[in-house]
Amino acid sequence: MDTTTADRIQKEIVLKAPRSRVWKAISDPLEFGTWFKVDMSGVKFEAGKPVQAKMTYPGYEGMPFEMVIDRIEPERLFSFRWHPYGIDPTYDYSAEPMTLVEFELEGLPEGTKVTVTESGFDEIPLARRAEAFRMNSEGWAAQLRNIEAHVAGAS
Amino acid sequence: MVARLARGDTLSIAQLTEHTLVTRQAVTRHLEVLADAGLVRGTRRGREHLWQLEPARLALARRSLDQISAWWDEKLAALKRAVEDEAG
Repeated sequence: MDTTTADRIQKEIVLKAPRSRVWKAISDPLEFGTWFKVDMSGVKFEAGKPVQAKMTYPGYEGMPFEMVIDRIEPERLFSFRWHPYGIDPTYDYSAEPMTLVEFELEGLPEGTKVTVTESGFDEIPLARRAEAFRMNSEGWAAQLRNIEAHVAGAS
Repeated sequence: MVARLARGDTLSIAQLTEHTLVTRQAVTRHLEVLADAGLVRGTRRGREHLWQLEPARLALARRSLDQISAWWDEKLAALKRAVEDEAG
């Protein structure tokens, strides 16, 4: 079930894999980077510590990726803060508040339920969000098509 | 207040505060915050300050969240492939 309000986005997905496997894919920096499209070589996830890496997202390769790890509770909760849409190299995001992203894991008979919640959008200037959207909507659409094509070709 | 403006009317502070318990000062302050965010627009007519919604801007703000939401769908699909492909 998805819930989107003005302040938060919440998503749920059930993965056919054990909780330990899902936890590793989310909390291990290299594994996280593989599906999140960030080069995490040399990175460690530690609660309260910032992470600086480079994007590998097609079209945004090499651009800085930053987040601050919030909480790490093994096989239950992984959370971080970041600047959503922080992908305009000419814009300084450091003065803006960050949103909080939480991955919550729950064991089910058929696998693992992952709930992702991104909250705090109320604090992000709407005008900047709107600008970011206008600048990037075409770019994102193209990127998503790239990923689809890549995955379709690989399988 | 936004609901009243959403009907497309251009309203003065006096019109926006009638039938409410909110002070004119509070409404003015609220409108100024919304104007800074680009969500409402104020114009002057004589001594009166009139306010109207910027619907395009509101829709854009809403769509930006939809876009981030779609982006998360893609990320979760990638996570699903990562953990399920090797199992199966």
